[in-house]
Amino acid sequence: MAKFILNGKPMTADVESDTPLLWVIRDELDMTGTKFGCGIGSCGACTVHVNGRAWRSCITPVSLVEGAEITTIEGLSEKGDHPLQISWQKLQVPQCGYCQSGQIMQAAALLKDIPEPSDKDIDAVMGGNLCRCMTYVRIRGAIHEAANAIKENNDEQNA
Amino acid sequence: MSRMPKRGSAGITRRGFLIAMTAVGVSFGFPRHLMAAMDPASPDGKVLPSEGDIYEPSLWYSIDTAGKIKVNIMRSEMGQHVGTAIARILADELEASWDDVEIIHVDSDPRWGYMVTGGSWSISQSWPVYRQAGAAGRTALIEAAAKKWGIAAKDCKASNGKIISSKGELSYGELVTMGLTRQFTEEELKTLPLKPNADLKLVGQQVTSLDIANKTNGKTIFGIDAKVDGMVYANPILPPTRYGSKVVKFDDSAAKAVKGYQQTIVLDDASGSVPGWLMVIASSFNAAQKASKLVKVTWDAGKTANVSEADIIAHGKQLLGDQTKGSILDTGNTDTGPVFASAKSTIAEEYITSTVLHAQMEPLNALVFKNQDGIWEVHSGCQWQSLTLPVLATALGEEEANIVIRSYMLGGGFGRRLNGDYTIPAALTSKALGGKPVKMVMIRPQDMLFDSARSASVQQLKMAFDDKKAVTAMEHHATAGWPTQVVAPGFMPKGTNGEPFDPFSITGADHWYSVGAQKVRAVSNDLAMATFRPGFLRSVGPGWTSWAVESFMDEAAHHAGKDPLQFRLDMLIAEGRNAGSTPVAEGGAARQAAVLKKAAEMIGWGTPQAKDTGLGIASTFGQEREMPTWVACAVQVHVDKTNGIVNVQKLYIAIDAGIIVDPNGAEAQCQGAALWGLSMALYEGTELLNGQYKDSNFDTYTPLRLGQTPEVKIEFIPSKMPPSGLGEPAVTPVAPAIANAIYKAVGIRLRKIPMRPSDLKSASIKV
Repeated sequence: MAKFILNGKPMTADVESDTPLLWVIRDELDMTGTKFGCGIGSCGACTVHVNGRAWRSCITPVSLVEGAEITTIEGLSEKGDHPLQISWQKLQVPQCGYCQSGQIMQAAALLKDIPEPSDKDIDAVMGGNLCRCMTYVRIRGAIHEAANAIKENNDEQNA
Repeated sequence: MSRMPKRGSAGITRRGFLIAMTAVGVSFGFPRHLMAAMDPASPDGKVLPSEGDIYEPSLWYSIDTAGKIKVNIMRSEMGQHVGTAIARILADELEASWDDVEIIHVDSDPRWGYMVTGGSWSISQSWPVYRQAGAAGRTALIEAAAKKWGIAAKDCKASNGKIISSKGELSYGELVTMGLTRQFTEEELKTLPLKPNADLKLVGQQVTSLDIANKTNGKTIFGIDAKVDGMVYANPILPPTRYGSKVVKFDDSAAKAVKGYQQTIVLDDASGSVPGWLMVIASSFNAAQKASKLVKVTWDAGKTANVSEADIIAHGKQLLGDQTKGSILDTGNTDTGPVFASAKSTIAEEYITSTVLHAQMEPLNALVFKNQDGIWEVHSGCQWQSLTLPVLATALGEEEANIVIRSYMLGGGFGRRLNGDYTIPAALTSKALGGKPVKMVMIRPQDMLFDSARSASVQQLKMAFDDKKAVTAMEHHATAGWPTQVVAPGFMPKGTNGEPFDPFSITGADHWYSVGAQKVRAVSNDLAMATFRPGFLRSVGPGWTSWAVESFMDEAAHHAGKDPLQFRLDMLIAEGRNAGSTPVAEGGAARQAAVLKKAAEMIGWGTPQAKDTGLGIASTFGQEREMPTWVACAVQVHVDKTNGIVNVQKLYIAIDAGIIVDPNGAEAQCQGAALWGLSMALYEGTELLNGQYKDSNFDTYTPLRLGQTPEVKIEFIPSKMPPSGLGEPAVTPVAPAIANAIYKAVGIRLRKIPMRPSDLKSASIKV
């Protein structure tokens, strides 16, 4: 029996301990926003947060996250209004959209570590997230846009 | 979810329903076909109910009593935001308020006509249809309001969801509430007056596509997310060759140790889509894919188990060497022989492209079952429903009328989902289990192994010059595996010698340059056809023919001692067959010249560059002569001679696609397409190795990543011409532009893609 906290709620799932976290989330807990791409951690479509860090859920056995706090795209913000989700919509980043949950979760972890990332920072941290529609130009732009929005918001609060 | 769920008024058969739906003036509160359709803007994809009665001025939309307009989209959504663009065309002509518009991606019901999403056709083909449909609704609403007011229709006008006159205003919802039944015949539709293009208000304006929001919060429903009660999971075991393998025996004793494993089935496939396959059934995806690795299978392998990339290329060269092979296209004067015989000078070069995989992000999957009404439901993303249905019918031994493909969002199409072969194993498994819901999800290596790859190609080009180094004749001989020959051979036209050819494997070679006598010959590579299933991959034939044509044009310019830009412009003369004969193509070669000049201006053509840095240019007409999208690419490239690494610093595209319906979506398509071109030029490509693709996952198959993305600029030429297509064309000029820039930078000419650092290094040593 796997136990962890998913988007703030305690969850249990009756699965084999070596089941990848991705499939527990998708098939047992019916949260399909996190996607399957490669199964070897090399495309980033399955990216979730485990205790606040970006993890590839397709290669994470559920036993490894026992008791951990897991956040998926569905739990990134209450109303789908995380600054990255807003900038993603404003710049119309998604094309097919399949990789975008992973892109946004990776970018959210990036902004926590580096609130004002340079292009080089973005290239380095986002390099593991493949987008076959090649929305890269807009991904880069939307990360900067969200970083600016967060900064302006903080400046206002501190003013 | 059933296509025909039993609701209050049970007892309507699907056939009876179809007759009812196609009858004139039918008005259902909630059309039943919408139960099997998808709205990409609603959280679970479900179509929202209509308010009260609805009015359907045409097949393509309904208006309800609240004034909400549901636009039926029979094209698949795979990242182009196609529903939004098509709905904008309709809403503009209808004078609807955009806030009232919802889009519905419909299922494979025959009422929608021939369903295919590819070829960059969607907008170009929808343009006249949805404008007529919009005009029909506008006309009917104006007539109804005029009647109500007792005034002439000419004294009323439609604007923003209302009919307005000196008598006041009536909203579309109010008019529908009063009861509207006006229907239009095909003939009437054709004669309806359309708004002048200059009066279009929504077309050409910025809009947020209706599918965007759900794609940022995980709510979009893709095929892989399809679910029905009681379904089992299946994972395939693929044979050693694409064709001809037979299962001799299998042993699943080790698989039995996997919790949830149920059984292994050998597929019996009358459609020939998946010969030699087995399916492993389990209660979860994880159990199915785990168990499938433990089943031991013995096959009699097909004949191509030893065929590799070099064999395909060598066979291609042999085929091209035999002038009796293949089909000659109608390019006007094809009698090149005498011109070459009397030429002052000639050049000839050979170009190669490697096998390319689709590698769309969503691995292939399908959910199939027989519903309570006896209808086979296929839940999966699909680009070519009208091609896939008959194959499903053959595999299932059912009539097409008893099969429906339900529409899901596609986690990438790029042409992979034009070939619906991946629905067959799920259908056959469900059939073997008595119609039980079976969900097949392939793991990435299976998806790649089963790809309909872009075939490797070999092309030989020659050009004849007179004593002033002017071009007098050109020949282009091309061979590859032909996708149309596999899935739709009946669609292949005949060349001037009576032999059929696959237009998707040669178009691009029949370019718009005036080169005197011109011979274009297309040859099907039968060894490729036997070894794998060649597929349509974003930009298809022009993805390789343009590589050859535009690299060769550069080589020809250097031979002629002319600037590569000027050399091209001198031959782009909008006369004769290069003037353009269809409405979309009007303007012909002059429009190609215009995008070339624009791209040159964008990059600063002719400006001095730093050491080992060069500019390159290339231009194409996109996908086909009847629907040209004029596109030019200019790049700035730096080459590191010590390691052979090519750094594309600037990637600029100038494009003329006629009227641009959705500017933001259009720019996104061109950005993506240009980067696909870059990816195939430098980073991706595989090879056949013993009958299978060598690469099976993203560890070794390496499409472009964010850090490799250069500065990209897209500029559209303002135009009042009808729209052409945008999904693919910007792929086509990128690879040759890069090769031309590499030559300019370091004097090395590469004639094979992908261009790997090792190719540059070895060429550099030779130089």
